[in-house]
Amino acid sequence: MNTDSGTYKKYADAHAKKSPLGKDCARAFLVGGAICTLAQGLTALYEWLKIDAENVGALVSVTLIFLTALLTGIGIFDKIAKFAGAGTVVPITGFANAVASPAIDTKGEGFVLGVGAKIFSIAGPVILYGTAAGALYGIIYWVCITLF
Amino acid sequence: MAQGIMRPLRPVWIADAATVVGHEEAAGPLGAYFDLHDPKDDTFGQKTWEKAESEMQRLAVNTLLGRAGWQDGEIERMFAGDLLNQCTGSGYGLLPFGIPYFGLYGACSTCAEGLALGALIGGAYGGRTVTVSSSHNCSAERQFRYPMEYGGQRPPTAQWTVTGSAAFLLTDDARDCKKNAPRIAEVLVGISVDRGITDANNMGAAMAPAALDTVCRYFSESGREPASFDGIFTGDLGAEGSSILREFARAAGIDIADVHEDCGNLIYNAAATDKHAGGSGCGCSAVVLGGYLLDCLRRGEMQDILFIGTGALLSPMSVQQGGSIPGIAHLVRITTKEDAE
Repeated sequence: MNTDSGTYKKYADAHAKKSPLGKDCARAFLVGGAICTLAQGLTALYEWLKIDAENVGALVSVTLIFLTALLTGIGIFDKIAKFAGAGTVVPITGFANAVASPAIDTKGEGFVLGVGAKIFSIAGPVILYGTAAGALYGIIYWVCITLF
Repeated sequence: MAQGIMRPLRPVWIADAATVVGHEEAAGPLGAYFDLHDPKDDTFGQKTWEKAESEMQRLAVNTLLGRAGWQDGEIERMFAGDLLNQCTGSGYGLLPFGIPYFGLYGACSTCAEGLALGALIGGAYGGRTVTVSSSHNCSAERQFRYPMEYGGQRPPTAQWTVTGSAAFLLTDDARDCKKNAPRIAEVLVGISVDRGITDANNMGAAMAPAALDTVCRYFSESGREPASFDGIFTGDLGAEGSSILREFARAAGIDIADVHEDCGNLIYNAAATDKHAGGSGCGCSAVVLGGYLLDCLRRGEMQDILFIGTGALLSPMSVQQGGSIPGIAHLVRITTKEDAE
């Protein structure tokens, strides 16, 4: 093998079996869509229960987070996610699973050094950069409404 | 010859092997060849996955020594390794045995590395050597990838860490062996090869150049033909790495396609159980050799094989830092032929 590293890397990338993009997209669309439909159903349910319109959105999110954490805890969520791919990652279910799964996984290392230290090991970047982006957007928004 | 094929100074036989696997491996195509398995959840009665891995090693060595009726004090030395940080799987698992212990890290090549060292040192100093290696899917997932319950998809080139451990008994005394015990005739120590692969989900491609280097060095020095062997078993390049190795070997003038198999492809029915590119981990090639291949050799179905352990020498941190993945491939020739040189 006299090829240099760059050439071999290109060869290996081209040789690698590709993910079935069409199938993955279709599954993500179906499951992601089903989750959104469920959320819409929950919205209708909470509105029908005469819950304050301001709180319905939060309550729907909390319900989805609870369901995800429950399904993660009983070992079902990862099987659904394996089928759905982005369909479960993109909605709030993906975020909830990313927090619940390390929490379950690190029990063996204790509640401080395990669960406490590692619960945000996957979701951490989303929380940090999400908060930072929110603050930055707030400053831009404030500057804009002050100046114009 | 410098950097070349080494032969043990006196014959070293593989007297016996014991294998312990998880429930998926036991349900796979080679399930009938393994000694013990956890029928349920692969915890082996332990509270953490790391302890489960240690327990597999303990069970493997215990079964091996128990079957032969040997005491700890009758074993001169032990070579062992696994995938966990600082090889704690072996460190804890082998505590109950009062046997002098060398810890090894060779990723998936650990089994071959242990056999190579066991044959060379056992051949030089005599006595009995135990070599052990293990991997546990759950402890490896936690350390190298994501938490167990994290929901995500793997690319088709990803390999599945095998839950398994195998222990081998090497001896220079023919009286320790049953009829038709194979011996380790030759050893070729691998050289680390890094061809710039950075994708930890494509370890087959990272390891294939190292396997190719070892294959080329072996056939160039020995002057033999691949067809003179009953099999060349790599472990574990998976489907992806195997096809790269065959292609580049053919280009180098060594056609191994007819005799080559990969332990990662043998252990699972990959398509039916969704194991993507096949099995991997220190336990994979170890249980395939200790369970299936040794059985074929003893029964005479095979007489002369090359066993090439291939390892991807990465760590979670090296991957996060964008480092490329070096591979290594150690070759061990295992034969029952009396006159094999």
